[in-house]
Order: sequence, then C-alpha cells, then structure tokens
Amino acid sequence: MLTPDNPCVIHPERVVQWTRPKQQTYKETICFNPITMNGYLSQTLCGSLRGTIASRLLCGFFLCLTAGLAACTMPVPESQTLVVYSGRNENLVAPVIESFAAETGIKVEVRYGGTSAMAATILEEGSNSPADVFYGQDAGALGALAKAGRLQVLPEDVQSLVDPAWVAADGSWIGTSLRARVLVYNTDELTVEDLPANIHDLTDEQWRGRVGWAPTNGSFQAFVTALRVLEGEEAAKAWLEGMIANDVQVYPKNTPIVAATGVGEISVGLVNHYYLLRFLAEDPEFTAANYHFAEAGPGSMVNVAGAGIVDSCSNCEAAEAFVRYLLSQEAQGYFLSTTHEYPVAGGQVDLPSGAVPLDTVALPEIDLSDLEDLEGTLALLRAIGALE
Amino acid sequence: MPGGSGSLSQARPALAPDGMPDMSKSLFVPMWLRPQIRSGRSRPPVGIVLLSVFAASLLLLPMGYLLFRATGVESGVWRELWSASTGRILGRSLMLVIGVNACVWLLSLPLAWLVVFSDLPGRRVWTVLVATPLVVPSYIGAFVLIAMYGPRGLLQQWLEPLGVERLPSLYGYPGALIAITLFTYPYLFLGLRSAMLSLDQSWLDAARTLGQSGWKTFANLLLPVLRPALAAGSILVSLYTLSDFGAVALLRYTTFTHAIYLYWQSSLDVSAAALLMLVLVILTLVLMGLEFALRGRARMARAHAGTSRAVTPVRLGRWKYAAWLLLGGTVFMGMGNPIVVSVVWLAKGLAAGSSLQPVWQAAANSLLVSLLAAVTAVLVFAVPTAYLAERYRGLRARLPARAAYIGFGMPGIAVALSLVFFGARHAPWVYQTVYLLILGYMVRFATLAIGPLRTQLSRINPRMEEAGRLLGLSEIRVLGRVTTPVARGGLLTGAALVFLTTMKELPVTLLLAPTGFNTLATRIWSATEEAFYARAAAPTLILLLVSALGIAAIFSGEDV
Repeated sequence: MLTPDNPCVIHPERVVQWTRPKQQTYKETICFNPITMNGYLSQTLCGSLRGTIASRLLCGFFLCLTAGLAACTMPVPESQTLVVYSGRNENLVAPVIESFAAETGIKVEVRYGGTSAMAATILEEGSNSPADVFYGQDAGALGALAKAGRLQVLPEDVQSLVDPAWVAADGSWIGTSLRARVLVYNTDELTVEDLPANIHDLTDEQWRGRVGWAPTNGSFQAFVTALRVLEGEEAAKAWLEGMIANDVQVYPKNTPIVAATGVGEISVGLVNHYYLLRFLAEDPEFTAANYHFAEAGPGSMVNVAGAGIVDSCSNCEAAEAFVRYLLSQEAQGYFLSTTHEYPVAGGQVDLPSGAVPLDTVALPEIDLSDLEDLEGTLALLRAIGALE
Repeated sequence: MPGGSGSLSQARPALAPDGMPDMSKSLFVPMWLRPQIRSGRSRPPVGIVLLSVFAASLLLLPMGYLLFRATGVESGVWRELWSASTGRILGRSLMLVIGVNACVWLLSLPLAWLVVFSDLPGRRVWTVLVATPLVVPSYIGAFVLIAMYGPRGLLQQWLEPLGVERLPSLYGYPGALIAITLFTYPYLFLGLRSAMLSLDQSWLDAARTLGQSGWKTFANLLLPVLRPALAAGSILVSLYTLSDFGAVALLRYTTFTHAIYLYWQSSLDVSAAALLMLVLVILTLVLMGLEFALRGRARMARAHAGTSRAVTPVRLGRWKYAAWLLLGGTVFMGMGNPIVVSVVWLAKGLAAGSSLQPVWQAAANSLLVSLLAAVTAVLVFAVPTAYLAERYRGLRARLPARAAYIGFGMPGIAVALSLVFFGARHAPWVYQTVYLLILGYMVRFATLAIGPLRTQLSRINPRMEEAGRLLGLSEIRVLGRVTTPVARGGLLTGAALVFLTTMKELPVTLLLAPTGFNTLATRIWSATEEAFYARAAAPTLILLLVSALGIAAIFSGEDV
C-alpha cells in the first residue's frame, strides 16, 4: 500500500517497453509515490537521454499521465496527523517538533514558510484549511489571524502556564519564547563605554551614517509601537525623523544588519538579540557583540514568538498537546540553549555561557496588549517615508 | 523557380499585402525573405481550441482572484494608495526596467552572436555556462554581490593590504541594475541564440553578394530577423524586473512590487495589496503593447525549395581574446561569484564544526518538478497557444498566449495565494499535491515556453504545413509530424527556460507543494533566512551543478 511515508514502491506491472524503429527496446521502471510524487524515477527516464525529441517529450507526458491516473485511484489517506503551519524556520524548530512527535506518538506534518505567508495561507484557505496549529515568529501575524477569528481561545490551564504579559488579551494565542531588542556593535571599532544609554542618543551627530535599521521588519515595527505607547506619538515621530535626518542605513531585515555590522560597513544596528549568536556559532571570530541599552525604554523591549490553534482544526486535541509541549521545560530549555531565545515558562533553566540573563536587562513596562496598534505604526512609518 | 539553397532566384513579385512593410524596398532584395502572409485558415482544430481555452482560463485565474479581492477594499485605502509616493515608486520601477533592458541587450546580443556565429572552441559548453546564472535565486544573487563587492565585502578584504578601506557603495540603483541584469540576461540570450541558430547561410551570402558590409548586414538583415526574439526576450526581462523583490530589497532600491509586498507583509491586508497588484497588471498590459510593436507584423520565413544551410563560423582572429574576456567575465559574475561565496561559507562553517545536512532528496525533488514543469509547459501550454497565435488571426487566437504574461509579471506570492484560495476552497482533492504545484508553475512560467516557440513558428513557412495537408494529413497530425519537429529548437529553448526558472522558484513551492516537500530552493531559503550560511552553501552549489547538467541534457537534443 502506498502511503506518504512509504515513498518508494516499484510497480512491476508498470515496466514499460518502448520499441523504436531500429528494434531497440528500452525498459523503464517507475518507482515513486504518486500521492506526494516523492521518489525517484529509477533506471533512466525512458531508456536513455538519447532518442528523438518527440519520443522524449511523449515519454515525459506519459509519466505525468501515469502519475495522475495512479493518484486518482489511490484512496486519500485519512488525516490523523497533526498539521502545523510554521512561520518559524525549519532549522530552528524542527528538533522541537520531532521530539514532540517522538514523545507523544502523534504524527506531525509541518509546512514551513514566512510568518506572513503562512498566516495569509490560513486566511485564504478558509474553513478548508488543513492547518491545526499556527506557529509564528511575530505578534503581528498572530494578531491578524486572531482578528479574523481564525484562532480558538486556548484553555485556561494552558494560558496559566505563562506570565499573563505574554498571552493575547482574548486568549487566542500564547507566547512561546522571547526575543530581546538590542544594539549590535562592531567590536573592532567600539567598546561598551562608547555606546549610548538609550535610543535617543543615536540621533547625535557622532552616529551619522553609522546606524542600521530594518523598518520593514515585524520586530522593528513592534519596537516602534512600544515607542509610541511609552513616549507618545510626537516623541516617536521626532525620533524616527531624527534618525532619517542622521542618515540611518536601511536594510531589509535583521540578518544583513548583523552581517554589515560585523564587517564594519556600519558601526551599530537595531536588531533582535539572537541573530548575532548564530553568526558567532558559525564564525567565532565574527567581530560584533550585543548591547542591551542601559536605560529601560523601548530600545530594550522584548518581542514574542507564539502559537495558536486554528479554528477549523481537525485534530484539536493534538494541537492543544503541541502548544502545551512548546511550553514544557524541555522545549523551553531547547529554545534557550539552541535558538538563543529566552524562555516564557518551565521554571528555572540554566543560561548558557555568553547569554545575558533577562532579569538583569532594564526592561520597559509593556505587555502584548499594548502592541496591538500595528496599523498606527505603519501609518506613521509611511507618513515619514521610512518604508520607501 | 528558385533552385538550391544558396542560389539567387530571379525576382518574383513580392506578396506583400496592404499594410505590411514591403521588404522589396530594403537595400538588398532577397525575394524569399518577403513577409509571409499568415495562412488564411479560419477555424482551428477542436483539440487545439480546447487545450488553449483550458490554458487561458488557468492563466487568467490569478487576475480573477485579484479582481475579487480588490472589490473588498475600503474607500479610505484608495486615497492613501494614490498618493504621490505611489507614483514616485512606480517611476523607480520603470527606470529599473529601462536600465535593465539596455544592459541586457548590450550583453546578450554579443554573447549569443559568439556562441552561434564565431569559431570559438567549446561553444556548446559556453552556452550552458552562460545560461546557468538564470538558476541563481535573485535574493541569493544580490546577497552574493554584496558579500563580494559591498563596501566591506570579500574584494575589499583582499584589497585591504593595498590600503583600500572601503569600496564605493553598491546600494541603490546601480546595485539593483547589476544584480537584475546578471540574473535575467539568459532570457534574452537563449531566445536570441535559438533565433540565430535558425538563420540560413544563404541569407547572409545574399547580403554579401549584394555588397553589404558587416554592419549593414547586421542592421538590415539580422536585426529585422531577430525582432521577434528581441521582443520576446525583452518582455520577459521587463516582467521579471517588475515582479522581483528579493534582489531590490537587499540592494535597498524600493520598487513598486517591493512596496506592495511590504505593505501586504506588515498589514496582511489582501484587498489593498490586490488593488495595487492590478496596477501591476495594467503595466504588464502596456508592456505587451510594446512587445507587439517591437515584434512587428512581418513574418519572415524561407519561401523557396531546398533546405537551409548552417551558418559558416566567422573567424575571430585577434578578437578572440576579447571574446574570451566577455564570456569568461559574464560566467564569472553570474556563476563564479555564487560559487566563491558558497565555498567561503562552507569553509567557515566546517571550520566552526557545523555539520552538512544531506540534500539529495531535495535535489531529486527539484529535478523532478522542474522537468515535469518543463515538459507540461511545452506540450500542454506552449504548443497549442503558440500555434494558435502564429497561425490564426484575431484577438481570440492570441488571447491565450497573451494571458500567459500576466502570471509572469505578478510576484510569485500573489499567484501562490490565488491558487491557495482556489485550491483549498474549490478543488481540495488537488490541493497540496504535486499537480496543483505544477499548475502553479504553469501560471507563472508558461509564457517562458510560449515565447521561443512563437519565434520559431514565425520562421516556419505555413506553406510547408499546407503541403502536409495536401498530402492528406489532418491539421493535428501536421502539427505533430511537420511543425513540431521543425520547431524543435524553440521547444527546447522554452523547456530550458522553464526548467531553470522552476529550479529556483520559491513562493509557489512553499505554499503549494505537498507538506514536507523540500526542494533545493526551499532549503537555501530556509537556511539563509536565519543566517545559517554554511547550511545554504551546499544546496547552492548543487543547484548550480544540477541545473548546468540539466540544460546540457536539454540542449543535447539539438543534435538529433
């Protein structure tokens, strides 16, 4: 029986003989899974790559056709598997998902993509969405799904696992790990003493053309929302305009900022804390370090990655078990040690060397529900031309 | 009657109908090069019509989706969207399109000429190497350019002992221009090459006999003959430039599509994005008009008996050093840079102890879907639509071929979301299977196969097909036994373009592939997205290698 996890079945009955005018006979064995079409065309594609173009094209078409027919006669497998749409990267979260599957025996299928693209996919799929869980890396996309009514309210006892600051106001999604905003700096050029105490000093003349930011990035936009909430609309506008007047360098996202800081293209950059730790893991000589602003303020705010259960889930119990697992001590410890994010639950975990404990960082007084007005932030960024 | 291939026949009256340029007025008078009349057949075979109606409705699906979504837009959004900045950003997109076209013409014409007409050794190998950069995803291409030639890139590090502190900035218009030129010129190059290969030496001989200098031959013979290929290549390059946002984002040059993407990404407001996307569709229509004008109405084909002679190679002499430089430089910029940077990443990563992940399954998947896409594009989409467009008159005949441009001019994410919408709601039995994935590729890339085939068909004399009909074959059989074999070059070029472009395709693959289906492109994206460059290096190298082998195999079909 062909199933998606038995990807290669040889069909002896489908060994096809092609007879060409010169009485040469080519044999072909097809070995593949027609459901996912994962697999290989064994031996060769229709004898050999030599032959007339017409026969080769015909051969390709024949392959499509057989595959199509096979799929029509094949029963669609009952979906007893948990389907996760992950806006978080495979390289980061696949180990957690695998250990969830191993521990609970629940089969998990994961679709990876950008956080916005995965959220938009669920919105477009409507009630036919195969997704049970949405796992995203910024509050914006989770909030958009919640606003469209596509996320179920999580049970009370799941919500109570984490600090209420990291649960959506309506309980439709929950933070699973934390990422701090920092200033990354080039260690060849600067020492901690040279760095500003808050974001406002970055508009000084000495930083002209030396600062990088990513105004199109979700985490940066959450930071601007925090700035508006904490210091008011006028102050936020003045700071953004001051930065632009100070020739701030624009990048599309965090990674190129960290890369540019490391090579000295810019001196400092406003980013999330964990990117640098990954650069250092690949290249210990990388000349950059993270700096948490000394004064509590929006510059040292904390963002969340989070998960929610899709309203049209077909495996809702497994989905709940998955969300619970993300909050377990094991998963939280993994985030801390491997993806370099801060945990939201799971009790005390030992920090790896080099990580700054979050409780020593001067955090601003802000929680998730304060960060809902993304539209206001976008309007502000557009109005001052920061998004061009 | 004209005799053998090379002989000059006595002049016959040109059969130029009203409104068509009369070639007999040009400087030399090759009578057999007169404009061909489209044959006056009025009713195409049912099979062809059905196939092309199917193709057209599928290709127009994303536009229907955009119209549907755009109706939900709130009136406040209208005002915000039609601000001065929209016009300014649109202007930037157009400037980039013009610049890229100029650069691509300057690069592709000599490259194609060298691999077709010169006596350079290893022209087949050069063709493959020059075409392969098409497979580099544009965000990787841009990243690599920055890593090499950025203000503090690898080049600067190598030059540091010489006292070079910083290289001039690559960001903005120049960087975007270089990156997009480097990763789109193969569209024009391959089309031109295929058109040049079908040239007949007797035409060149005729020009020579009539006392034309090399330059005049180029202007009066080659350029007119190459017009359809130039038009087809240019519109592909232009649409790619319009729809791309990976490269321009990294090189910090905001274009219209990039702005739409940003707007959509941060607000997830599909309605407003759909409305803006419709502006992009209008731009696509304008470009189609330009393409139509550039292509011209004249159809040039051999009208006399005999077979065409292959072109005699031109001896380069001392110029061969310049030729080596041009070919080598292009290949280095297109393929060398990504290889150098990948190897540096790989070395750094391995030294720091990261492990390589096996990517063979992803490579096999990439090959499988790209070959399927190439075959389907050529057989199911290109043959009926191109045949209809070239052999029949009227808008209805040309509509399917035109509709194919729309999907190519749209960003992949829009096409992917429209198929998600359609698939999940109305066709759940194909949703998230390879079949819908291939259809998604078709909506995006069918036009790549149609263009070269149309160019080739315009070069085949309809009289030849009519001879087939006279000998008692049905029109469909003539298409199979006469037209398709003669148009082989165009079919293969189309297949190569679809193959290469599908190898690197990302948004459609991410959204429509079966869950858990990895390709090389998704692997590379997933690794670079989170700065795991060492993990991206191996798939990047394999992507280049596999693609080069793939098109070598496709072009080996030209021998037969």
